[in-house]
Amino acid sequence: MALFALRRFLLAIPLLVGITFVSFLVIHLAPGEPTEVQTGDLSVHSTAQARQALRELYGLDKPFHVQYWKWLTRVAQLDFGRSFQPDGRPVLAKIGERLPITLLLNVVEMFLILACAVPIGVLSATRQYSLFDKVTTVFVFVGFATPDFWLALLLMILFGVQLGWLPISGLRSLNWEYLAFWPQQWDFLSHLVLPVAVATFGGLAGFSRYMRQSMLEVVRQDYIQTARAKGLPEQVVIGKHALRNALLPVVTILGLSLPGLIGGSVIVESIFAIPGMGQLMVQAVFSRDYPLIMGNLVIVAGLTLAANLLADLAYGVVDPRIRMAARRRRR
Amino acid sequence: MPALRGRGEFGVFWRTFKRNRLALCGGVVVGILVVLAVLAPLLAPSDPHKPDTRRILAGPSSSHWLGTDQIGRDVLSRVLYGARISLAVGFISVGIAAVIGIVLGSTAGYHGGLADAVIMRLVDLMLVFPRFFLLLAVLAFLQPSIWTIMAVIGLTGWMGVARLVRAEFLTLKEREFVIWSESVGASASRVIFRHILPNAMAPVLVAMTLGIPAAILTESGLSFLGLGVQPPYATWGNILNDGKDSIEIAWWMTVYPGLAILVTVLSYNLLGEGIRDALDPRLRQAVGRFARPRR
Amino acid sequence: MRRAGSGAWRLLLLGSLALAGCGGGVEGRADEPAVGTGAPTYGDTFIQSSISDIAGLIPNITSDSASHDVGGLVYDGLIRTDRNLNWVGQLAESWTFSRDCMTLTFKLRQNARWHDGHPFTADDVLFTYRTMIHPKTPTAYKDDFLVVKDTEVLDPYTFRVTYARPHARALQSWAMNVLPRHLLEPYVAEGKLKESPQNSRPVGTGPYRFQEWKSGEKIVLVANPDYYGGRPYLGRVVYRIIPSQGTIFLELKARGVDLASLTALQYLRQTEYPAFRKAYRKYRYPSSGYTYLGFNLKDPRFADRRVRQAFAHAINKQELIDGVVLGMARDATGPLRPGTWAYTDRVPRHEHDPEKAKALLAQAGWKDRDGDGLVEDKEGRPFTFTIRTNQGNEERKKVAEIIQQRLKEIGVGAEIQILEWSSFLKEFIKKKRFEAIVMGWGVGTDPDQYVVWHSSQMGPDQLNHISYSNPEVDALLEAGRSSCVQQDRLRYYHRLQEVMAEDLPVIFLYFRDALPVVASRVRGVEPAPAGIFHNFTEWFVPRELQRYTSG
Repeated sequence: MALFALRRFLLAIPLLVGITFVSFLVIHLAPGEPTEVQTGDLSVHSTAQARQALRELYGLDKPFHVQYWKWLTRVAQLDFGRSFQPDGRPVLAKIGERLPITLLLNVVEMFLILACAVPIGVLSATRQYSLFDKVTTVFVFVGFATPDFWLALLLMILFGVQLGWLPISGLRSLNWEYLAFWPQQWDFLSHLVLPVAVATFGGLAGFSRYMRQSMLEVVRQDYIQTARAKGLPEQVVIGKHALRNALLPVVTILGLSLPGLIGGSVIVESIFAIPGMGQLMVQAVFSRDYPLIMGNLVIVAGLTLAANLLADLAYGVVDPRIRMAARRRRR
Repeated sequence: MPALRGRGEFGVFWRTFKRNRLALCGGVVVGILVVLAVLAPLLAPSDPHKPDTRRILAGPSSSHWLGTDQIGRDVLSRVLYGARISLAVGFISVGIAAVIGIVLGSTAGYHGGLADAVIMRLVDLMLVFPRFFLLLAVLAFLQPSIWTIMAVIGLTGWMGVARLVRAEFLTLKEREFVIWSESVGASASRVIFRHILPNAMAPVLVAMTLGIPAAILTESGLSFLGLGVQPPYATWGNILNDGKDSIEIAWWMTVYPGLAILVTVLSYNLLGEGIRDALDPRLRQAVGRFARPRR
Repeated sequence: MRRAGSGAWRLLLLGSLALAGCGGGVEGRADEPAVGTGAPTYGDTFIQSSISDIAGLIPNITSDSASHDVGGLVYDGLIRTDRNLNWVGQLAESWTFSRDCMTLTFKLRQNARWHDGHPFTADDVLFTYRTMIHPKTPTAYKDDFLVVKDTEVLDPYTFRVTYARPHARALQSWAMNVLPRHLLEPYVAEGKLKESPQNSRPVGTGPYRFQEWKSGEKIVLVANPDYYGGRPYLGRVVYRIIPSQGTIFLELKARGVDLASLTALQYLRQTEYPAFRKAYRKYRYPSSGYTYLGFNLKDPRFADRRVRQAFAHAINKQELIDGVVLGMARDATGPLRPGTWAYTDRVPRHEHDPEKAKALLAQAGWKDRDGDGLVEDKEGRPFTFTIRTNQGNEERKKVAEIIQQRLKEIGVGAEIQILEWSSFLKEFIKKKRFEAIVMGWGVGTDPDQYVVWHSSQMGPDQLNHISYSNPEVDALLEAGRSSCVQQDRLRYYHRLQEVMAEDLPVIFLYFRDALPVVASRVRGVEPAPAGIFHNFTEWFVPRELQRYTSG
């Protein structure tokens, strides 16, 4: 097992470097220049010399491989450089202040989706084609089919404007610093309700259908028939035997979606004015902020590869077949 | 498992599929949508591109059944023409993804070794990038048009199909009939196309059917960010987007395209799931056991 | 509007929040009187919204409107515009021009202090000038300062600047934010202004002091109690960063912001209900930006003036204004702003007349020779082209769509392409790979527009994108720019507008109205030719109406 992990880890490094190279290439092939270089783009006061000076300042006039090598050597020392955008702050600082909130939102959303999708999936499977199944099918697909921004606006109008129960946008109220501890948490939570609700409703379909499918397959297996034939109550058959096996593929899918936790949904973030990773990246792309784009890609790629590795390991631990095979090999 | 040919196989498939009422409905609705889209030029009451600045955001009336939009164009006509583009985006981008996925997946699955390793690394590489960000970046760099959008959605969505096809190839490669064909001297492409691929098509078909609504929704997300299909062409996504800032005074601009998207997504998903359930051998066996087909 | 897309809308006036209007024609509607009931009181927080985050806190080196809005409260310039768009002193008490218009002497205030207590002196002005022209300073606003030949600090409160030649914009350029020498001197030499602490914790001389900037969330300013112009009444100003226009409007309806700009549709149709009218007052005045349809004049089709005039006759400007901004705009006949001293509307016009348009096209050689509805030239090539504009701007999109339909009527086929700003700028505008564009310009009070229209300004990083070259216009621009006699300049600019209205290098479309709303509890808002923000430091909220009192 350890050997397996080590091998995967070593393989991941060249993959990471490859990813950075491809990204660097693609970004520099893209038309447009960092807007900072355009210093005011259509302002009537800018001069050509100023722009050229800026290009030299950022090293944009050097050939591609020189730029890449410079960047790579600095990243190896964990120096991601400074953003090209006018605030010029270190890339790590900018990512660092946005990553936590994106992670928090995504984790809460993932948790809620699982909490809803598993029961829905299981119950739909055991009552295939029943009214419950049909209703929940339509329900989750409505969630999937509704464009995020539309649902968000409708909920904001209903709960924010008309009923006034929930705040419309942002992460905290303006007087947050002056609140006591518990009111602060409550305020923060109330700001998260709508964005999480929108994201969860849209994401339910995927997991619940997968759960249902997995459950359906497991329930038809022979060992379930055996369990029933043994006279075990249905609750135990489903809840203990079927469920555990049906969850395995879901765990795989969960593992595959771990990397997605790091990226934010740019649509949800811009509608709810949440300063998250999605908006950061989109802004970076639009202003051709190369250091920030590259920094983000490296971190996301790195975390993704790590998450994949973890998922594989976890799967290996959880799935008895893989464990048995490993044990057999060791003997 | 021999290829899905012969009357018997299709008959079993059809009976299983029919049992699923929801999937049947989905199929019918999809059919109706396609017909409406094709006949849009005949059905649309007005020119979908013609503005009428005296009737901006007018509500549903006898002359404009679904109201007008922010520069006075007829919403019904735009929804009908929008069906063409939305469905085309769905079909073609999924088609592109499927073709790439099938080609790469079969190459990886059949030849194995270096080809497999390289292709799988490519899949990993593509999967590492957040998809929406990729779309945005590429569209921001290129000139957005219907074709680039379709191409880009297709080019970023083939990985699932490739994996599916490769998995099918890996299992089917060892089957007797393949080994038999090879020993008889059949060329690789013949083996691939006549024997393995048809079996692999089933999950691919399901993936495609499920991918179409996703593509339609992706286009609407891109419209929100201003990178969708170019004006004045209508898609359901961009009509929705145009109407989102005046929801409370012009509900028709979001409700009707929203309903259209909803119905389409629902139908495709039900259809796709129905096909998958009907192709699943274990489910078919169950049907065979409990439903005695009259011969 | 997004930062990038609004680049061209940005005012050429810096360091002030003035939005110009015309003489009269400014409305304010309210159910309660705007001017104070009783004496002004201190306190309360004023909440504004911003579509984009600020790029930094040294506006001299940024170009987005958000950072200039915030910077306008934190910093001062030597001069600013008053309610009637005249120049008055801010950090300068008075100034004099020499007879030949080439030397400008400022007498500075003696009681101004930086927010950290350090006194403001002429050294700071000299330092600001040196910073602006320093080759390592990444600023977009060097232009006017490069004409300076010599500067002198005569005493701590007198500053004299001499120009190499009479420069009409000389005075205006001193509205630029003045920077603190004692804090920034070490950073300028190395070009490290962006990394200075000033860029995240600025120290200025303005009416508000910086308190905090939470990236992507909010910026908080507090009133400067020692401000030489008197302590502002509004205790705190908060900018909430909300990247979606739709969300800003919802926040407005839920009373989560006190100031927002409305679109025409929102102004006319979505804010007319009693609760809104009670909570907010709506204002309307002509803004300083105009939208135009520009042509690439190197394209032989558009180089022919008759084609451009034909397009002008094909477009129904009233329909455009009604359709795009529901009538809340003024017809634009030229590049100068209505209401400014050099503006005139006595220029040739091109009324909506499709028949005349077709006739002009025919004269230029474009006729429908094969009956397919499109006009073709002698070789049978149809007249088709692409109109490009930038993403993120609903108005420009609608303009393009309406123009496209009108052109179809005279047999010209237009396609529309909406492009992301950065690619648009670099790949199409700067490389002049476009045929027609729908864009806008922000216009200041001074009529000089040399950098936009002069034939010497066609370089890749310069602003005459359309490659306009007209010797008479060139001469008028040069004359207007280097004179400082008002009468002469008036003549030059009147003639300029006549020539350009006939020549139509671009089709000038409209100057839209600015449509801000302000929370009704705020008193002291006085609509004027300069808009409503000219007296922001005098706005107040009566004690009994204050909403945010916990600091």
